[in-house]
Amino acid sequence: MKLTKIALPVIASLTLLPALAQADTLDSVKKKGALNCGVSTGIPGFSATDSKGVWKGLDVDFCHAVATAVFGDPSKVKFVPLTAKERFTALQSGEIDLLARTSTWTATRDNSLGLNFTGVNYYDGQGFLVNKSLGIKSAKELDGATFCIQAGTTTELNLTDYFKSQKMEYKAVTYDTSGQTIDGFKKGRCDAVTSDASQLYGLRLKMEDPSAVVVLPEIISKEPLGPVVRQGDDKWFNIVRWSLFALLEAEELGVTQANVDKQLKSENPNIKRLLGTSGKAGEQLGLDGKWAYNMVKNLGNYGEMFDRNVGTGSPLKIDRGLNELWLKGGLMYSMPIR
Amino acid sequence: MKPNTSVSVLNNPNHRAILYQIIALLAVVCLAFYFTNNMFDNIEKRGIATGFDFLDNTAGFGISQTLIAYDDGSSTYGDVFYVGILNTLLVSVIGIVFTSLLGLIVGVARLSPNFLIAKLAQVYIETFRNIPVLLQILFWYNVVLAALPSPRQSLSYFDSFFLNNRGFLMPEPVFEAGASAIFIAFILAVFGVFFLARWAVARHDNTGEEFPIFWVSAGLIIGAPVLVYFLVGQPISAQYPVLKGFNFKGGITVIPELLALAFALIIYTATYIAEAVRAGIEAVPKGQKEAAKALGLKEHVILRKVVLPQAMRVIIPPVINQYLNLVKNSSLATAIGYPEIVTLFSGTTLNQVGQAIEIILMTMMVYLAFSIIISLLLNWFNAKTAIKGR
Repeated sequence: MKLTKIALPVIASLTLLPALAQADTLDSVKKKGALNCGVSTGIPGFSATDSKGVWKGLDVDFCHAVATAVFGDPSKVKFVPLTAKERFTALQSGEIDLLARTSTWTATRDNSLGLNFTGVNYYDGQGFLVNKSLGIKSAKELDGATFCIQAGTTTELNLTDYFKSQKMEYKAVTYDTSGQTIDGFKKGRCDAVTSDASQLYGLRLKMEDPSAVVVLPEIISKEPLGPVVRQGDDKWFNIVRWSLFALLEAEELGVTQANVDKQLKSENPNIKRLLGTSGKAGEQLGLDGKWAYNMVKNLGNYGEMFDRNVGTGSPLKIDRGLNELWLKGGLMYSMPIR
Repeated sequence: MKPNTSVSVLNNPNHRAILYQIIALLAVVCLAFYFTNNMFDNIEKRGIATGFDFLDNTAGFGISQTLIAYDDGSSTYGDVFYVGILNTLLVSVIGIVFTSLLGLIVGVARLSPNFLIAKLAQVYIETFRNIPVLLQILFWYNVVLAALPSPRQSLSYFDSFFLNNRGFLMPEPVFEAGASAIFIAFILAVFGVFFLARWAVARHDNTGEEFPIFWVSAGLIIGAPVLVYFLVGQPISAQYPVLKGFNFKGGITVIPELLALAFALIIYTATYIAEAVRAGIEAVPKGQKEAAKALGLKEHVILRKVVLPQAMRVIIPPVINQYLNLVKNSSLATAIGYPEIVTLFSGTTLNQVGQAIEIILMTMMVYLAFSIIISLLLNWFNAKTAIKGR
């Protein structure tokens, strides 16, 4: 009888235990001593390793920026390379704390995956890459073509929509990674690659002869790419969202990596609030008052990141276009930091 | 001696044993309940959708090979599930049939008295058995793509079969009225052959007279449908693939992913089956072969009538495992983009829908069902051929 007397209450209490819940993300990141950041398996300009194995790119820089905001040290990031179809599950399950992997902000993803998009760090659109030898000038001439696509992307869905609306036919061959996708194209498995236009420029550079392929002028979709966090942790959501805003605000105010120390003495009230010499923007986020200063000091503002990774200072040479500041005709706009 | 009735029921060792088992079972059930509950609790807190409603939603993406009608604009995720299952089944069935044949031939060749044949078989087995199957799949896929020309330079056979890096194209049969008569003739021929074979075996047992069963069966199965085809006025025509724009239109296309995957799985699995066949043959006592030789039977008759039936008892159990492995290995197709259940359902669909638990569970159930069905079938066959207690 002794055993049943012990066992039954144990079992009963076990079923009544409160559910195990996910801890506060900021606390868990601080405890781990590093930010687990989900990136791609290799998209030039956004997240790819260089010849020394160091991660480089716009998304990579954003991971560094958030790590800097939290720790004051850009090196405290652990990069987790993910394929398109692994990325959201990795974030849901808590394997990563932040997903910066050229992910398109859509209603389904924002509302039914238990995730939140914190903003847009690159406005993109879907395009086509074809061999120049086909002599094609427009996507409307692609009736009957075979496409190489990456699995688990909005690309797959947009392609169907576009060809339905144009009353054209197509065949899709779906691969796991962007590397396999471009490989299939190189070997002639498909006539065209379709992906976000920014990625096509990067993939083009991976060809043996980049001048033998051409990106068609049509952009068939809106692809606002942004960082993603888990739903239900507003504190962490705010940190990621305002890190991006701070980088944009810095560009708007002319605060750069080179002049940020000098700007500490600036009398401009906006700059003072951004760099923490007045106001409590950092403290309100649960961070150090110098969070934005640290980011710009270590990584530069959004414009500098853009130029370095995908813009004029990079092999991709992508025009700022929609990603220009709102003052210069683009869509990049920071909410006021005050 | 009378049993001591004053002892409590609980002190009876049998009762105690049962009690402990009930407690253990309860504990497991409670734990499982707790974890499931915890999972759903957290899922709800995070606002992740649950349930199987998503199966009715429109999928909206293209699939390179569909065995059932699939429209990328209106078909649902439920349809995608079936497309995936059928594609997995297709490559599994092709794989199992051909790997069995190849394995049997190589296994027998391995024991051939001819030095060259035996060594060739050995080299093949040792090479392909020791290379990971994922590498082989990637290798054959790259070979297939690299070796084949583009659609415009297709290799053409009789102007109706074409081979290029978009696949192998063949004419598609178009059935018109009266075509069903041909199928009925075919089915009748199969039944006829079945009874003919039983009759021939019985006659052979009774009188020892041989009947050329193979040639007669082949004649019946091929001859009867062909005869009916001409009798009812050739109701089957063919739609030929035609080069149009980027690619061929019409006809049936066997995509290169299927070719590469099936080829790799066949080549890999056959090595294991060949070894099982060899082990089976070597397990048959030498005396059996010598006795058959002494009776004056020919080599191939000895193999077919004396050695293989006895070897089967040893061969079948390991071969079941290899069939199961082949089915499960087909999921590696995700590396080359063959649209089977893992690629389509727990890949693309999971990413579009985001309901990992439901989708992974459904995918696991598919493989579990496949494996259990194969096991049951072959266990039944094994029981039939197993040594009878005499």
